[in-house]
Amino acid sequence: MSDMASDPRFLRAPPKRGMRLSWADERFRAIIWQVLIVGVVVGIVWWLVGNTRHNLEVRRIATGFGFLSREAGLPIAEHLIPYTPASTYARALLVGVLNTLKVAVIGIVLATVLGTLIGIARLSKNWLLSRIAATYIEVIRDLPLLLQLLFWYTAMQMLPGPRQALHPVEGVFLSNRGLRLPWIQWEDAHSFALLGLVAGAVVSVFYARNARAKQMQDGQPRKVWPVAVGLVIGLPLVIWAAWGAPFQGDIPALRGFNFQGGLTVSPEYFALLIGLVTYTAGFIAEIVRAGIQAVPQGQWEASEALGLPRGRIMRLIVLPQALRVIVPPMTSQYLNLTKNSSLAVAIGYQDIVSIANTTLNQTGQAIEGIAIIMAVYLTISLSISLFMNWYNARIALVER
Amino acid sequence: MSDMTANAPVVPAGTPSRRPPITVVGPVAWAKASLFSSWWSTAVTLALIYLLARWIVGFVDWAFLNAIWSVPVTNGQAQTQACRALNGAGACWAVITEKHRFILFGTYPYEEHWRPLVCIFLFIGLYVVSAMRRFWRKELALIWAATLFIIGLLMWGGVFGLTYVPQERWGGLVITLILATFGIAFAFPLAVLVALGRRSKMPAIKMLCVVYVELIRGVPLISLLFMASVMFPLFLPEGMNIDKLLRAQVAIILFAAAYLAEVIRGGLQALSRGQYEAADALGLSYWQRTLFIILPQALRLVIPPLVNTFIGMFKDTSLVLIIGIFDLLTAGKTAIVEPAWQGFGIEVYVFVGVIYFIFCFAMSRYSQGLERDLNQHRVR
Amino acid sequence: MKPLRLATLRALGAVAIATAAALPAMAQQAAPAPAADTLGAIRARGTLICGVNTGLAGFAQPNSQGAWQGFDVEYCRAIAVAIFNDPDKVRYVPLTAQNRFTALQSGEVDMAARNTTVTLSRDTSLGFDFPAINFYDGQGFMVKASLGISSAKELNGATICVQPGTTTEQNLTDWARAANIQFTPVVIERVEEVVGAYAAGRCDAYTTDVSGLAATRSAQPNPAEHQILPDVISKEPLGPFVRQGDPRFADIVRWTHNAMLAAEELGITSANVDEALGADARPEAQRLLGKNGGLGQMLGLDNAWAANIIKKVGNYGEIFQRHLAPIGIQRGPNAQWTNGGLQFSPPFR
Repeated sequence: MSDMASDPRFLRAPPKRGMRLSWADERFRAIIWQVLIVGVVVGIVWWLVGNTRHNLEVRRIATGFGFLSREAGLPIAEHLIPYTPASTYARALLVGVLNTLKVAVIGIVLATVLGTLIGIARLSKNWLLSRIAATYIEVIRDLPLLLQLLFWYTAMQMLPGPRQALHPVEGVFLSNRGLRLPWIQWEDAHSFALLGLVAGAVVSVFYARNARAKQMQDGQPRKVWPVAVGLVIGLPLVIWAAWGAPFQGDIPALRGFNFQGGLTVSPEYFALLIGLVTYTAGFIAEIVRAGIQAVPQGQWEASEALGLPRGRIMRLIVLPQALRVIVPPMTSQYLNLTKNSSLAVAIGYQDIVSIANTTLNQTGQAIEGIAIIMAVYLTISLSISLFMNWYNARIALVER
Repeated sequence: MSDMTANAPVVPAGTPSRRPPITVVGPVAWAKASLFSSWWSTAVTLALIYLLARWIVGFVDWAFLNAIWSVPVTNGQAQTQACRALNGAGACWAVITEKHRFILFGTYPYEEHWRPLVCIFLFIGLYVVSAMRRFWRKELALIWAATLFIIGLLMWGGVFGLTYVPQERWGGLVITLILATFGIAFAFPLAVLVALGRRSKMPAIKMLCVVYVELIRGVPLISLLFMASVMFPLFLPEGMNIDKLLRAQVAIILFAAAYLAEVIRGGLQALSRGQYEAADALGLSYWQRTLFIILPQALRLVIPPLVNTFIGMFKDTSLVLIIGIFDLLTAGKTAIVEPAWQGFGIEVYVFVGVIYFIFCFAMSRYSQGLERDLNQHRVR
Repeated sequence: MKPLRLATLRALGAVAIATAAALPAMAQQAAPAPAADTLGAIRARGTLICGVNTGLAGFAQPNSQGAWQGFDVEYCRAIAVAIFNDPDKVRYVPLTAQNRFTALQSGEVDMAARNTTVTLSRDTSLGFDFPAINFYDGQGFMVKASLGISSAKELNGATICVQPGTTTEQNLTDWARAANIQFTPVVIERVEEVVGAYAAGRCDAYTTDVSGLAATRSAQPNPAEHQILPDVISKEPLGPFVRQGDPRFADIVRWTHNAMLAAEELGITSANVDEALGADARPEAQRLLGKNGGLGQMLGLDNAWAANIIKKVGNYGEIFQRHLAPIGIQRGPNAQWTNGGLQFSPPFR
């Protein structure tokens, strides 16, 4: 990680006299090189921009972001915020960004869980389980994700229609229209209770930190969990009750063409999520396996000698050390999952690429459309990188 | 070995050597230890065996027992009623029988299909030669250049009595191989420069390389392909235009170079400082040091991740589907546009998937073996 | 993943700001396009480069041998005959819905015959000319017959499959708003996928041009299970298009279409064109076939251009019969005006 340039051992002793304007002087050469290369790059960019301007003029292509406030007129099936075809392009694009985040965030969580399970299965003493996990990892990683997504989407369509929907539990329907789950009629009380939950969690974290700090001072362990449970479960309950404890079940039922009511998971979202999760889990499993194997056997043995139970060895000794190996490659898997979610365009889930694509097709403004896609992904990628770097720095501090 | 026999107790001649009891070695002991070691393990094993058996029976039924391998053709129209009558109970491999040449070669002129076929074998040969360690020398670059040149010659034609075939007609597996291989071949030198630039002492150059790498790695390949497909024509002066395939190829090269640069930088960082110090002590210039001391060692170190990047590239070329280039996957999907063959997507996906798998599996096996070998060497 | 350093972030930020600053600079007033000589470029190259659909049954699709065929492809062939008297001097470039416009704007293709709806904005702000309308279409709906509905008005609450980025999608929302109908869209880019989704029952209805619906219906295992609703919610005139600013090439495309129409109207087919060349005494037929009038030269072509097109490609009715009739598309509005249709060739004179 440390760069040659920043390492004092590699810096030559600074020359005593000032820089000579001669090819023999290293610093002079460096400046010439930089000016030259930067000049070439700027020149190329200048040329491209010039061409583009000329072409846009000649071909009478409109430019600028004015189209964002125009009416979009495109139908979007899934939206987390209110949207109608009469909304603006800006709002349509925002819906797309939220849809991308929806699949990326849930995908990251599920892929981590599945990948960890498969990684552990790969290390299982059961030969059959270990072989199946290994085969899974190999096959899933050797097929293009796009092919897998198309496969899942085709498979999703082979489910029965809404009238013959699979019906494993009361209120749950699985058909080629997606998964329908019972849900509650959402009211203000629920939103406030959700806020209470978040606030309770934040306060609990601070309380736990405080307790830890005090324990460091006086060596007295403090019980954190009763307070945490009170804050995380009690607080939302109290808020909910204070608003009159509304509870109205929303059970899906077949009416007209399709099910009405309940919570819907569309086949497009489901196929994309399954595809991304199973694909990324194949890579995460390998990372987890390598991470656990990287912790020397001696660590287990030493902890057992101290009389620690197995669960605590895993939690306190092995995992923190494995995490240090796991986190950096995991970050790039999370980034990959997010970027791969752009393949949604092939199976009809309306993420940012799909909506920006339609927008640029309707307005003819390709540059702006692609700039928006790139800006969105850069922002998401940088945010994930920053968060994981912060997390990485935190767990790296365990090393004293 | 000889030590052991020397120390072994003397066995009277004629006594048959006793085998260890079957409960300690042999298949039964193995099964006990690795399949039924505890009630939990036993339950897992039995459940897995049940699921596996059911799946295998279902698959064999579908893929072989109930499958239809060819259908009659009357008046140039395939009669697929027999396949449709199966109603999903069996595979309709007839679609592959009928369309395999289209899937493999796309819209390349039918009589000239031997040319892309030869190219596919040339590509495979190139991979095999590159995989052999005795060819890991500077001459390998020459072999690559020569092979790629011959492939270009064969595909385009126009000389030695070969008819000229424009790029729009290329298609199928060969496009996948071209995009991936040319992508890596051209991305490689660029990636070496960028990796060196990123470790350079010159701030402006370092900044340029950092921006390039992070920018490309921060966005999905799909957006670069869109850019190549829709925006690139706007960048060029009027009247000058670059073929669609070439534009996608440029996007893939730029994309691959950013990822390769990071791999190569890993190799540069893994080299011990002594190598740099020793080179400096000999009074070598920057380029001498880099070309003769640093790069040969660093590149050797990164061959396994390099192969992995190549596998990734190979799979990622399938995204050109979205901009309408006839690679393997697109050709497969286009093959089932014809009304008679609509609805046999699964068969085509399986066929295409098997081709991708064969290539990727061979390469990933190779890279794993290589990694083991190289690591053994380093551990010692 | 190598941790991103502050320097990286700063650099990326700088690039973002620079890009944002550069974009308004690109927003300049439009200047008139210079005249271009497409015909000269095609002659010099020796082939016509023609943009076609990436795969749409009946209109453009490669067959098992990899050769392009279809109704739109015949237009490329006809124009190649008009210029070179050889229907095979064409290079086909498959274009997606996204890149069809830039491909033509940038000169990657000479013309596109890729079932594209003529609209005012495409004709003006995108900088194209639509010299001819070779297929009159309209947007409709197809549903499973088992649903038992008889009008699109009954689709309230339905899930509807549609391809994005086309006029189809916008027509659908316009119509739904006007008719006050709620629907759930399923928006899939590639036509095979969207048809697959409909056939599998992912959607209650599939909407696209009526011709496409007919083609899809005939390709289903049991066409009788599907029903095309009588409502047509939009006009979709489809036609080949060329770059604006080259009237000579646009004329060739326009009159190639007209020649095929006129030939059908006059009853001249690829089978009897040789006979007609010798025996047909009708003045219009004589002018069309280039025996007098010198019409070909006015276009900058050989006088026998139309006769060649008819001989090597066929008249409008023949190519319709060859590619569209087998997939179940009726002549309907594309019948000759003499039969109550909209297809009408101005006189060859």
